[in-house]
Amino acid sequence: MKRALAFAAGLLACASALPAAAQNIAMTGVTVATGDGSDPIENGAVVVENGRVVYAGPAAGMPQTAMPLMEAAPGTWVTPGLVATVTNLGLWDVGAVSESNDIRAGDSPFSAALDAAPIVNPASQHIAVHRAAGVTRAATVTSASSSIFGGQGAIIDLGSDPQAVTRARAFQTVSLGESGARLAGGSRASAHALLRNALREANEFGSDARIPGIRARPAEQGVGDDVPLDPRLVDNRTERGDDVLLSRFDAAALVPVVRGEQPLYVMVERASDIRSVLALKREFANLDLVLVGASEGWLVASDIAAAGVPVIADGLDDLPQGFEELAATQSNIGRMVKAGVTVAINAAAMENPRNLNQYAGNLVALSRIPGADGLSWGQAFAAITSVPARISGLGGRAGVLAPGAAGDVVIWDGDPLEVGAMPTRVFIDGVEQPLENHQSRLRDRYRDLDESDLPKAYDW
Amino acid sequence: MKRYALFACAAALAMAGCSTTGSADDASDKDWTAPVGEDGNAPFSSTYERYPGRPTALVGATVYDGAGNRIDNGTVLFRDGEVVGVGDASLDTSGYDVLDGSGKFVTPGIIDIHSHLGDYPTPSVDAHSDGNEATSPTTPEVWAEHSVWPQDPGFTRALANGGVTALQILPGSANLMGGRSVTLKNVPARTVQGMKFPGAPYGFKMACGENPKRVYGNRGRMPSTRMGNFAVNRQTWLDARAYDGKKRDLAKETLKGVLDGEILVHNHCYRADEMALVMDMAKEMGYKVSAFHHAVEAYKIGDLLRENDVCSAIWADWYGFKMEAYDGILENAAFLQREGACVVIHSDSAQDIQRLNQEAAKAQAAGRRLGIDIADETVIGWITLNAAKAMGIDDMTGSLEPGKMADVVLWNGDPLSVYSRPEKVWIDGALMYDALDRKRRPVSDFELGQPGEGDVK
Repeated sequence: MKRALAFAAGLLACASALPAAAQNIAMTGVTVATGDGSDPIENGAVVVENGRVVYAGPAAGMPQTAMPLMEAAPGTWVTPGLVATVTNLGLWDVGAVSESNDIRAGDSPFSAALDAAPIVNPASQHIAVHRAAGVTRAATVTSASSSIFGGQGAIIDLGSDPQAVTRARAFQTVSLGESGARLAGGSRASAHALLRNALREANEFGSDARIPGIRARPAEQGVGDDVPLDPRLVDNRTERGDDVLLSRFDAAALVPVVRGEQPLYVMVERASDIRSVLALKREFANLDLVLVGASEGWLVASDIAAAGVPVIADGLDDLPQGFEELAATQSNIGRMVKAGVTVAINAAAMENPRNLNQYAGNLVALSRIPGADGLSWGQAFAAITSVPARISGLGGRAGVLAPGAAGDVVIWDGDPLEVGAMPTRVFIDGVEQPLENHQSRLRDRYRDLDESDLPKAYDW
Repeated sequence: MKRYALFACAAALAMAGCSTTGSADDASDKDWTAPVGEDGNAPFSSTYERYPGRPTALVGATVYDGAGNRIDNGTVLFRDGEVVGVGDASLDTSGYDVLDGSGKFVTPGIIDIHSHLGDYPTPSVDAHSDGNEATSPTTPEVWAEHSVWPQDPGFTRALANGGVTALQILPGSANLMGGRSVTLKNVPARTVQGMKFPGAPYGFKMACGENPKRVYGNRGRMPSTRMGNFAVNRQTWLDARAYDGKKRDLAKETLKGVLDGEILVHNHCYRADEMALVMDMAKEMGYKVSAFHHAVEAYKIGDLLRENDVCSAIWADWYGFKMEAYDGILENAAFLQREGACVVIHSDSAQDIQRLNQEAAKAQAAGRRLGIDIADETVIGWITLNAAKAMGIDDMTGSLEPGKMADVVLWNGDPLSVYSRPEKVWIDGALMYDALDRKRRPVSDFELGQPGEGDVK
């Protein structure tokens, strides 16, 4: 009997941890943007069943369905959720309140081994605020601060449930250029030596410790709180030479990087620095590189395209913020895309990732200025949906409304790239999401300043 | 020269007589003048002169005049640096170069009330860090204009992408009293004097809250708390009121200018409760706050701000980066407007100054979602006339009215849309930016010969 009760209690606990049921969605007569780079479809339809997209396209092609059609006000747009990379969502509460901020670990003995997955807080206000702004998935990672390596980023969804991480240790980050040079001791030369030494040590340690290979783009996790153990951190007694610079954990963390099993996001701005990063492939052939920042990318766009390296680029930075960004221009992304580079808009290069759509809209506006290079609407929207999804290892799975993709659906009251656009409803994996947060509650409390009966503190 | 020096002494003596009585009214002695140098002029005075321009008639565009009016198919006439007429299609355009603005929009030049261009210029290297004299909690003696580098490439981007024609450069917020601000015309010049807005009053930068107490508390000196902030401020004001002007004192000259209403207070302040305390301190000491800057919690006290006639210069959506910014909401501007309080959208950013029109549009949209409909022509006022008012230059610019400076932006579409950009920008009637003419764009000295050579080209 006792055992049966305990079992029942266990079942209850499981049930409460399970996410809300996916909801079926069928809408027609709405403007649909699929996120794949194509133009919006004016009289479109979307069907989502069991948490997956079944159809997204012209209303005329909508499959027969027994589902009731969801009401849509005139002017409604339906899109995939926005995908934000690179961010630190879930890693901080208040920027300048250091106790609440896990983004930087300048005094840590570790760098590459830092792992965002176990520290993401799904209840973070910033996750709630960004969910309400239509961001449904993100890459989140700590920042390089004790060394040129920033640590391993996680892919998260912004759903209102305890399970945020969908892919732990999805990528490693390294800072080169001016900031990497400072972290490495004061010169780019030191940053490059440190990087090369680290990759060699990792290579050697990987074979000495017989660290098993992991699949590039490791599988997504299911539901539950089962962030898997890192096989690289199993106990082993592999001896290491006296001159090693990396701690055992940092060396282990870089093993999949040097083997090309885990993408390496390289923070770099200057054209010559970008060339040097691309050249790393000659020494470390397996590296799976992604450039982040790349303000001068347009000067070396054909090299980047030829190397097949994707870029998470600063969208509107157009000032020589440092000497490594003298050629910064708002046309950077337009020119790289024109040259055939895969480009996502960097969510880190704006006040908050929720401005992604505004930045994309600006790149559309730029296409009307003689001499400047912008993007078409479809390209710009892809740069904040399907392209960052692809770079994050979610290609075909997120950032796109296509059969089989996750039911990450955002319903907007107008053009989502227009300033002030806000979702009216947000679904993640077909599950409708609450849009309330600290800000919306303050908004509701201060709709008026009436305290004739009681103080504002009673208005909730 | 001697004559002017004597005059300055006389003024100082007159003021000394008043100050001893100690009442707030007496402290505001209107005879007191700004410092005058040995040559009889205010030091570092403006040498700006408008560039030549053609008599221009913008016709067929939608005109937002900045003062809350909208004219469809409107006409804007300007010549000799001044707006001559604003009206409908019936205005006579003979004698003017007629520019067809069909499908386009016209606004006054955009004004940023809160910028650090020039005192924190790009490249943002330590050698350029000139915005905070963070060596004492009160530095009323410093003047931002002495830090402004006119070659900051940021000025050119603000012009070309943001249509910014005038801007206030403030000292930073490390100090309770950061020093004098300077208002500039966004016209490139070899000297800061060449950019100074003729006739603009000085501003005085103050800062509440976390920054001063952190900067000085960390050094083991006062202030280390918010109560310390107020104590230092109040004592400093009391000492200023007792200043007799016999011996020149740069700090007290500035404070005296504030007490006399000649220098406008721009107070960095996030929290509602702190703003309320500052307004009471201002009453106690006999000065007025022109605008609270950053003011993320202004929406909690829109009524108080209206009653005290203080503007709130705010972002559309910044929040969470520090404790006192935790309660930032998108509806801040809309709630202030609902209360009839003065709204200004500011940038505090070399990036956002390029998109103040979009920031205003975001704030407008947040209100619209709640059923607070604020007309486009009112929203344009948040980044033009309201800013000009809080900076004390509204009788010269900020709206399209006859006799005002011809600071004008022609947008290639609705300025409250993300898809629109400035097509032409005139300052005092001179065409300073033209999206359709690559030579009509400024490139700073710093960017010459560099890769890219200035993004505005």
